[in-house]
Amino acid sequence: MTGNIVIISIVSMGAIGAVLSFFLAYADKKLKVQEDPRIEALLNILPNTNCGGCGMAGCRVFAEALIQGNASVAGCVAGGQAVADNIAKYLGVESAQTNRIVAVVLCRGGDKETVKSAVYKGEATCVAANLTGGEKACTYSCIGYGDCVEACKFDAMTMNDNGLPVVFYDACVGCGACARACPRNIIEMHPIEHKLFNYCRNKDKGAIARKVCSVSCIACSLCVKDCTVEGGIEMIDNLAVVSYDKCPQDDQPTKRCPTECIRFGEEEKMTKDAYYASLPKKAV
Amino acid sequence: MNLRTFDHGIHPSYSKELTQNKKIEKAILPKKVVIPLQQHIGAPCKPLIKKGDAVEEGQKIGEATTFVTAPVHSSISGKVKDIERLPYPGGGKVLSVIIEGDGAIKEWSNSTDIGLSLGMYTPEALRTIIKEAGIVGMGGAAFPTHVKISPPKDKKIDAFILNGCECEPYLTSDHRLMVEESEKIVWGMKTLMKAVGIENGYIGIEDNKPDAIEAVDRITKDSNIKVVVLETKYPQGAEKMLIKAILNRKVPVGKLPMDVGVVVNNVGTAYAVYEAIKYNKPLIERIVTVSGNGVKEPKNLRVRVGTSFEDVLNQCGGITMDGEREVLNGGPMMGISQTTLEVPVVKGTSGITVLSGEEIKPGKVDPCIRCGGCVEVCPVNLMPYKLGDLGRLYRLDEFKAWGGLTCIECGCCSYTCPSKRPLLQWIRVGKVKVREKEKL
Repeated sequence: MTGNIVIISIVSMGAIGAVLSFFLAYADKKLKVQEDPRIEALLNILPNTNCGGCGMAGCRVFAEALIQGNASVAGCVAGGQAVADNIAKYLGVESAQTNRIVAVVLCRGGDKETVKSAVYKGEATCVAANLTGGEKACTYSCIGYGDCVEACKFDAMTMNDNGLPVVFYDACVGCGACARACPRNIIEMHPIEHKLFNYCRNKDKGAIARKVCSVSCIACSLCVKDCTVEGGIEMIDNLAVVSYDKCPQDDQPTKRCPTECIRFGEEEKMTKDAYYASLPKKAV
Repeated sequence: MNLRTFDHGIHPSYSKELTQNKKIEKAILPKKVVIPLQQHIGAPCKPLIKKGDAVEEGQKIGEATTFVTAPVHSSISGKVKDIERLPYPGGGKVLSVIIEGDGAIKEWSNSTDIGLSLGMYTPEALRTIIKEAGIVGMGGAAFPTHVKISPPKDKKIDAFILNGCECEPYLTSDHRLMVEESEKIVWGMKTLMKAVGIENGYIGIEDNKPDAIEAVDRITKDSNIKVVVLETKYPQGAEKMLIKAILNRKVPVGKLPMDVGVVVNNVGTAYAVYEAIKYNKPLIERIVTVSGNGVKEPKNLRVRVGTSFEDVLNQCGGITMDGEREVLNGGPMMGISQTTLEVPVVKGTSGITVLSGEEIKPGKVDPCIRCGGCVEVCPVNLMPYKLGDLGRLYRLDEFKAWGGLTCIECGCCSYTCPSKRPLLQWIRVGKVKVREKEKL
């Protein structure tokens, strides 16, 4: 009796399955959505990280835009020159020069350099801490909870032991996710040709800025005078601002800086390997 | 007794006994004041003075440039030392005027005494005086009063509510004002009612202030002003909750009280209006409750705007403990914690609360247990557990769809959460992010 039931159910389920599978096979052929095969091919070339560095919602949208001619072949910042060349080859157009862009963290006021004015015990993200001001006395500085590192999809950032984010120059593709995540806007995206930066965003007067951080820009204007081109560096809102179309990229302005906040070629020193090699070796 | 109130809300420990029976004392004249040029909601003021100028007490030093803004006045006589961006108790930095005092005190009572007859003023004249005196809502939000009492012509206003709830724990400045200066407050209220042109007035007072209810009731007995006794509940003093409790009208989402025909003003504001009309005195002083377990002698002080928190706290015996403490501009529920004691008392500072020790011990954040406690207490009928997560994870479209922007940030959800989840902070993150996105 029980054997009967088993056989009946196997046969009936098998029959239902067979009918439905024929229906699905028919629907697959009949209702197939025709998609441009080039999109799939382009997606194979693109990094598929959906980082948003091209300014679009993701790699698929960028691929569609490429085919419609609404995007530049050099638009994919994460892919760099190789991907641009491959896209150009596939689409049969001329390749374009990509601009290598990297993120620069314009604050060097870590836990050691800055004065703490409060204890923060709330949610440990920069956005949340920024609602009340965070722990550091400087209201322009890095808050130090690593929202930028969280946002980086390329493993190109980490927080160092001084509570500051480090950008790995060799791994950063320039998508700008970290800059968007920073509530204090101290991360800026710069072409790789820019080498001279004022690593401070404090717009307070020198006396106040000096009180809260030992590496702050105190608006002494020495770098403005030392720049070999007139107007290459300007003092705007108590902050030395480098105008990159005028100022020659050399270390001349950095030589007399009393707080060493204006620096030259700093970014190039930090690669991923160099950073991890510099960490103290752990005892086994 | 069945008292009027709103739905939901919480009953925190009020701790008002620290100061509720202490008479308002006059604070010592500060040697230096820092007066921010933006102490209100709206556009910042344009400075009228420059470095080195001599200023008089009550002299206008910041001019209002648009309609939704209020001028600021010097609270002491002296010399302008500098104008620069300085920390502001509401967070961030604001362009402020530093004035070094010469010790002179102006006698306001000897100024043009124009008596207590209201008949000689037109509503327009009253509004101009109130605007020129720089009067803003003294409950904390500091919305310019002259804007509140100038409703557009197409909106029919039929009720005026004076807010004497003071639902925030620890604070007793409004309470003391109602007990000690009840006549002046009622007079100020009548002035405001005349400026708006309405006859019906209500004063909402929570039932934990029986002496204030008695004092105000004695004066308003035979007039068109009615004292309404409300249940003691937080946030009873929030405008929308108060309207619901007294008139049973619901202010729609995104609308103002004037859309349902109501104007609400604070007790402190009424007092400031009295002084402005009677003595022609601008808003340069306010009552500040200094309280909390971190203060040696909690007090109610009449403080000049611009006095630093440090000066005020020193007059109350200073801070008791050395360890960690939290100094709040306002009360513990909605107050903003300060990172420096240099910040000045501003027009919206209803209290300075110093908490220490057990009171500020952070709880361990546990997972949500889906008890629904936050939903039950939310006075604006939101789902804080959901909004908190949406804000924390930056799911902004959903955050907006679930009504995150209508949160009044009263903090009932965080207070009540048994898992100690910082719900309000996450919601505030969501609000900030949504606004950022909309600006782009």
